[in-house]
Amino acid sequence: MAEPVLSIRDLRKSFGALKATDGVSLDLRPGEIHALIGPNGAGKTTLIHQIAGGIAPDSGEIVFLGEDIGALGVAARARRGLGRSFQISSLAAEFSALRNVMLAVQSRQGSSFRFFRPVMRDRSLTEPAMAMLERTGLASRANVPAAELSHGERRQLEMAIALALGPKAFLLDEPMAGMGPEGSRTLTGFLDGLRREAPILLVEHDMDAVFALADRISVLVYGRIIATGTVGEIRRDAEVRRAYLGERP
Amino acid sequence: MSRERMINLLLAGLLLAAPLVATAIGEPFYITLATRMAILALAAVGLNFALGLGGLVSFGHAAFFGIGGYVAGIFSSHAFNQTPLFSWPFEFFGSDQMPAIWLAAMLVSALVALLIGAISLRTAGVYFIMITLAFAQMIYYFAISWPAYGGEDGLSIVVRNGFPGVNTAIPLTFFLICYVLLLAALALFALVRDSRFGAALQAGRQNETRLAAVGIAPFRIRLAAFTISAAITGLAGALLADLNRFVSPSMLSWQMSGELIVLIILGGTGRLFGPVAGAMLFVLFEFVLGGLTERWQFFLGLILLGVVLFARGGLIGVLAGKARHG
Repeated sequence: MAEPVLSIRDLRKSFGALKATDGVSLDLRPGEIHALIGPNGAGKTTLIHQIAGGIAPDSGEIVFLGEDIGALGVAARARRGLGRSFQISSLAAEFSALRNVMLAVQSRQGSSFRFFRPVMRDRSLTEPAMAMLERTGLASRANVPAAELSHGERRQLEMAIALALGPKAFLLDEPMAGMGPEGSRTLTGFLDGLRREAPILLVEHDMDAVFALADRISVLVYGRIIATGTVGEIRRDAEVRRAYLGERP
Repeated sequence: MSRERMINLLLAGLLLAAPLVATAIGEPFYITLATRMAILALAAVGLNFALGLGGLVSFGHAAFFGIGGYVAGIFSSHAFNQTPLFSWPFEFFGSDQMPAIWLAAMLVSALVALLIGAISLRTAGVYFIMITLAFAQMIYYFAISWPAYGGEDGLSIVVRNGFPGVNTAIPLTFFLICYVLLLAALALFALVRDSRFGAALQAGRQNETRLAAVGIAPFRIRLAAFTISAAITGLAGALLADLNRFVSPSMLSWQMSGELIVLIILGGTGRLFGPVAGAMLFVLFEFVLGGLTERWQFFLGLILLGVVLFARGGLIGVLAGKARHG
């Protein structure tokens, strides 16, 4: 089997007495969508934050493309190719959609310590950014400030920014949150194609999307992964049904 | 031409016209007033890099303003008395030439800012405000208790420092020097604002998490901005010392830091000509209200309250509308 792109070993994080992450290990393999599901408060977002670098784990190891990235900050991990979208859209509100994406293109090209050339006249920034907006269906809204975009459009913009980084792996935290059924279906189709570019660790509550997309599913309950398997295995797993899908034995 | 650009040109024209008219009607005092406007505007352009673009509310920029002033004072006093400022590794007698003084003022301010920034930029919000204030107060008390350069009484510049080829003792000439430096700083501000660096800096103000998530570490961007910001404010300090031919610890005081912030809020935070509009308004208020009552700052407070409550964009915001980012 191919080397995993991202590999987490025995990750632990406590907030006081609360064990938010209690010995989590998981792999993200090339080309797969690995869904992470679990009830509210299971520690899914805390786990994503630890992988992205926003929260330091108490112990454990995070290996990305063969490198232990545990000591790196958020920005350094992003530069190594961890592209992420946020559960609640996190954008530069005053900047237009285009400029939000341009920031990612700029980062990917290297140094931000360039002081004189105007970015709006720099086609090596505007053209790739525009291409990403076209891919995510936002091209017609390129010049609208992020603050004035609709909720769904902001989710699309998050995706465009993540794409513009050209990541080696995606961490997507509830990309479907707050999207209507129509938007969810479109995004499901989009993510289905995206896995060919880079594997996706997908936190999602929309079970239709998870069952349609995931190659593997891990179930997180109270900071522990209680099961990992294919869609069929997880659907059949008795413990999962009890803990998460809400069925009585 | 956009409305904001027209207003900017108008302000630049007004500031230039005032001392010319004053010269024509033989009222040199107004030249001093306009020079003060230009210098305070320059100091605030410096602060606008950190505060306006980066959202870094530095409550310690008087430190850099005062350092610039003291560099001018110390350099010229050594040059005047022909005593060495230092004698190792070579003997250095200061300088009474503005270009050398400006360079030194900017360098020293930038170095101090690099140190202060490296520590204070690890914090945010109220803590950042308090740490910058604390550093500035340390430098303030240091200046007060340093008798070699006048301590509490300050330091006089006997003859205004020179500039190659012109007579800086002529008020209009000195105004023009300050005015040209102000325009240069504004040009730099406009360039940096629209550059990649400016994009990262402004994105960090709007959403730090987003900036880091695209792979740009906010700390280094902010430290660079803080340093550039300090260098420009330091340059303005050197000019103010030459305008007053005097520098004292009051230039380093927290009231001065507050004044610089007030200037920017009055004019329009983050706007190119916000500091210019703010400095013109401030000096005008100081002059007009100060002539009417000793308690003019009470009325300035009322005006500031009005701006904060009803005109968040300051004067430029009221006249030119909301800022647009490409």
